[in-house]
Parts: sequence; C-alpha cells; structure tokens
Amino acid sequence: MSKGRYGEYGGQYISETLMNELLYLEEQYNHYMNDPDFVEELNTLLKEYAGRPSLLYYAERMTEDLGGAKIYLKREDLNHTGAHKINNVLGQVLLAKKMGKTRVIAETGAGQHGVATATAAALLDMECEVFMGEVDTKRQALNVYRMELLGAKVHSVKSGTKTLKDAVNDAFRDWIARVHDTNYVIGSTMGPHPFPMIVRDFQAVISAEAREQFLEKEGRLPDAVIACVGGGSNAMGAFYNFIEDEDVKLIGCEAGGKGIDTPYNAAALTNGKIGIFHGMKSIFNQGDYGQIAPVYSVSAGLDYPGVGPEHAYLRDTGRAEYVPITDEEAVNAFEYLSRMEGIIPAIESAHAVAYAMQLAPTMDKDEIIMVCLSGRGDKDVRSIAEYRGVDLNE
Amino acid sequence: MSKIANAFQNGKAFIGFLTAGDPTIDKTVEYILAMEEAGCDLIEIGIPFSDPMAEGVVIQDANVRALKHNTTTDDVFDIVRRVRLQTDVPLVFLTYINPVFFYGYEKFFKRCNELGIDGIISPDLPYEEKGEIAEIAKKNDVDVISLIAPTSKERIQMIAGEASGFIYVVSSLGVTGMRSEIKTDLGAIISDIRDVTDIPVAVGFGINTPDQAREIGNIADGVIVGSAIVKIIEENGENATEALKDYVSSMKKASNE
Repeated sequence: MSKGRYGEYGGQYISETLMNELLYLEEQYNHYMNDPDFVEELNTLLKEYAGRPSLLYYAERMTEDLGGAKIYLKREDLNHTGAHKINNVLGQVLLAKKMGKTRVIAETGAGQHGVATATAAALLDMECEVFMGEVDTKRQALNVYRMELLGAKVHSVKSGTKTLKDAVNDAFRDWIARVHDTNYVIGSTMGPHPFPMIVRDFQAVISAEAREQFLEKEGRLPDAVIACVGGGSNAMGAFYNFIEDEDVKLIGCEAGGKGIDTPYNAAALTNGKIGIFHGMKSIFNQGDYGQIAPVYSVSAGLDYPGVGPEHAYLRDTGRAEYVPITDEEAVNAFEYLSRMEGIIPAIESAHAVAYAMQLAPTMDKDEIIMVCLSGRGDKDVRSIAEYRGVDLNE
Repeated sequence: MSKIANAFQNGKAFIGFLTAGDPTIDKTVEYILAMEEAGCDLIEIGIPFSDPMAEGVVIQDANVRALKHNTTTDDVFDIVRRVRLQTDVPLVFLTYINPVFFYGYEKFFKRCNELGIDGIISPDLPYEEKGEIAEIAKKNDVDVISLIAPTSKERIQMIAGEASGFIYVVSSLGVTGMRSEIKTDLGAIISDIRDVTDIPVAVGFGINTPDQAREIGNIADGVIVGSAIVKIIEENGENATEALKDYVSSMKKASNE
C-alpha cells in the first residue's frame, strides 16, 4: 500500500504522469519544513502579513443567551483575505517558489481559497490561475473580481455539476499538462498524498495557537471543538493539536443542505460511502455504480461530495464525530451571530456556529466550547439575502 | 500466455477506444464489431464515469452522453457478453477505479473472467496502488495494464518489470485528446522499457492522423487511438459504422507502413 494512509483511507490514486511530481513535492516539503530559514520566513509571513496569531474571542453575549457552556470563537475570519485559507496558501506558495516553480493553480468553491492563492501569488510574484465552477462564479461573483484584481486568471469550469468537484477535476487536468513549472495549491485536506498532510500541517497553526490561548485564558483546554467540514481543512487545523487530548470532543459539521433525507445535501460522512476519487480513498457521496453524486449546499465552500481522508479515519476510530447542519440552521446561525456578537460569519462557518447553538445549552456553565470561525461572511451577504427573499437590486 | 499477446501477432497492433453507451448500448456493440472487422487488434471499452479526470473534452463529453441515459457497469458487461457471441478480439476495460471498487473487486473481476475481458487499464491506479486489484485480477486472468508517462523516468524500470499484457506509453503530458504534434522522446522511453521487458509496448494520447500512426508504428508495437474515434462517433451518432471502418482501416494500414 502507498504512503499517506489514515487507516485504510488516503493514498495516491492518481495518474502516473503526476506520480514523480507528488514524490518530489513530498521530498521538498520534508526538506523545507526542516529548514529553519524556511520556517522562519513562513512564520514571519503568517505574523506580519496574515495577522497571526488569530484572536480567541470569548463570545459573552452568545454564551449568556444560550445559557450553557462558555463559547469561544477562534477568529480565523480576521486573517488577511478573511478566512483560514491563507494559512495553507502562504505555506504552499512559498514552497512552490522555493521549488523553482513559476506558476500556481488552485481550485475554489466559495472563492476564499482562490482569493487566498491569488493573494499569496501576488505577494510572492507567481503566475496564478484559479479554477472555479460556473455555478460558483455566479453565486460568488465578487470573489471572481477580487481574484482578477489580484492578478489571477479565473477559469469558469463548465463540466459536470459546474461546482467545486469539477473545479478540482479541471485543476488536475491543468496540472498534468504543466507539471514542470506549476504547483497545484490544493485548498483542503484532500487529494492524493502528500496534500492531505501538507494542508493539515499548515492549518494546524489554528489548534496550536488555540491550545496556548486556552491555557492562558482559562488554565485548561476546551471540552469541545466545533468546525465546519467540506473537504475539512479548517476542521483538521482546529482538531489536530487536540487529538491527543482525549477529553476534548472534536465535532465536524457537514452541509445538511435541505435535509439529509433529501438528495440536496453534501453530508458525505452522514450519507456517503467509501470510495476512491480525487486521488484518495475516503468517503464520498455516490450513486449506484460508484458515480460521484451531485451535491448541494447553500454554502459553496461545503458543496463537495467527499471529505478528506483523515476525517474519515477520525470518524471510524470514534475520535471525532460529524453532524449534518441544514441550510436553514446555518442561515439562522449566520443571522444570530451577526446580531448577537456583531460578527458576520462565513456561511460555511455558520454551520459550526449552528451546532454550538444546539450543544451549548446542554452543557454546564463551567464547560467550554471552541468554534472555529473559519471565515467572514461579507461574501455571503447577497446569497443570504436571496435565501431570505430580499432583492438587493431594487 | 495472455490473450492480449494475440493482438500483437498481426504486424503493428492498432488499438481503438470507445466509451460504452455512447451513443447507445446497441450501437456500442455494433461499433466494437465494426472496428474489429476493419482491423482493430484490441479494443478498449471505456466504462463511463461522472468525473473522468484524465480525459480531455472529447472523451469527457462521451462520458456525459453515456451517463445521460444511465449506462451502468452491468450494461457494459452486457455489451461485452453480446460482443463475445461474435468475436474473440482481445478486449480491455478502461475505467476509473471507483466504479470497480463500488461494484466490488471480487464480483467485478469474476464477471470479467466469465465474459472474456482480457485486461483493465485504470488511469487513477498508479504502480503504488495496484495492490488494490493485482491479486484478484490475476486470479481471474485479467491483465492489469501499466501506464508509463513522459515524466516516469527512473520509475520505468520498476513499472515495466512488473507489467503484464502490454505497456501503455502515454505520449504527452496532459489529458487525452487529439494533438497536432508529439514532442516526447518516445524512442528513449521505449528503449528504457526494452531494457527490462519484452512485453509489447503501445503508445497512446494525442494520436489521430495516419502520419502519426506511421511514426509511432515505426518505434512501438502498437498504436492507441481514443479521442479521434470518439469524435467520429460524436459527429455521426447512430450512423458511424462506415466512418469508423474507414478510419480504423486507414490507421491500421498506416501503423504498418
């Protein structure tokens, strides 16, 4: 069996054309992560450019309103470009540059990863092209323009379901033609090894900081960590440094869409089956005969028919649990956090907020919940208005 | 000996690909037989998949057409059953691994064995992952065809050393699709393969003209054409038989010039 396994999940199910490049990427990654100069350069970028460490904010009004556990928000929304995506992207684009690449490509769903990649590419003077499903270019038009402002070229992907999975397909198709000068900066803890490991490691800064911040503020670790899961990068980052702390519950929130009993959801760990796709063995939403199923979510960032392999493993071992959150619950949480704390969350992150709203009242007041607020919600204002039937064009 | 070896007994082999169920199941049966009659020595049957990541637009579209009327893995097996009533031409499946995994490896390869499928090519199952199916395929006399790419370099020895059936050399970087020019030093790759094994070597990706077939035929044991055939089917729909026959016979001839 190949490297990069999480139990039976993971692996390297990818074209032979890319195999040497993946092996090279892994070797270079291991080399640079052991190079103090590289680590220093990356840490400086994270601090001076992205604005890390991100705040661990005590959501006092929300806590009082819900009347249970204390709720802390890990404010990844305050990072430069407005989401956790920048953590991974700075690492991967800097690595690409060190590897002598001149061009980076990325897939994007909501546009946050595309914006982050375009940003890092501008900063590090790399050519950048982003693949985005046509459906997503419409619901996230502002992010398309943002990427273009940053100097990236955006490809509107018209194949398949015209959403995130198809953007991933086209990014791989591009990469396979240009392995010599291009790195694929994958946006989540998915794809063939070493990507799930690399993305997790670059996102693990979230839980590394949170751990220290909790010890400092509360003198103890939280009882539960909640994060939304599409491919699963902010969740892996939020979970990773707590995995060994068995008293910390880890909870991932999947896109329940219009309900898990309807065809309109993207809850892979709830409804999916084991399969092999996008370079990895993991859990995927699929129909009869193993055709990858079209999925749906109000959130473009969670609209993916699978999940990263390490999440599948954490589920199977019982270390983490995964719950579906419907569109309606997420939109309610989006509005709730906006009014209660003056923080407009990304609709993706609102899935995690929604579960915290359910969980907190069932816990004691001396217990603690951390919600990974993975991104800010400016990009979602228009689609939430539409969801609520408000016409912003009048 | 593998039945696939028979495909390389009649001069340079011409290997044609089509997507099962495009435009219909009945027509796929008819087109496979027509291609064989016109000189195809081996036929690759593509099992349609929702997300054919290694394919260019032409074959992607064929997958969409086949899935539009719900061509299933069982339908593809039925195509093979019907073809096998009329010909012994070597047949291999070209399939992404998920439909095989989902069907169940044991059940899938048992069906292959019963119906006379001689090999399987899986573009997302590199050397490192072939353990998924290697034993079960072998037990059922199905060759797992290895792919070698322009980027394989020092991997060639390892891959070729364990290859069976034939070796599929990918002519160019990128996805499948017709190319006007092939720049890879195929001679060097084939010579590296020859250092390790005598198994037949066929070259595919990008080949569509008789000139290209002639050129490849001069250095390899076989010429593989996919997108150009699928394009003929796309353009002629249910009336592609004659066009396919003309094309295949001209390419078989050119491969041996």
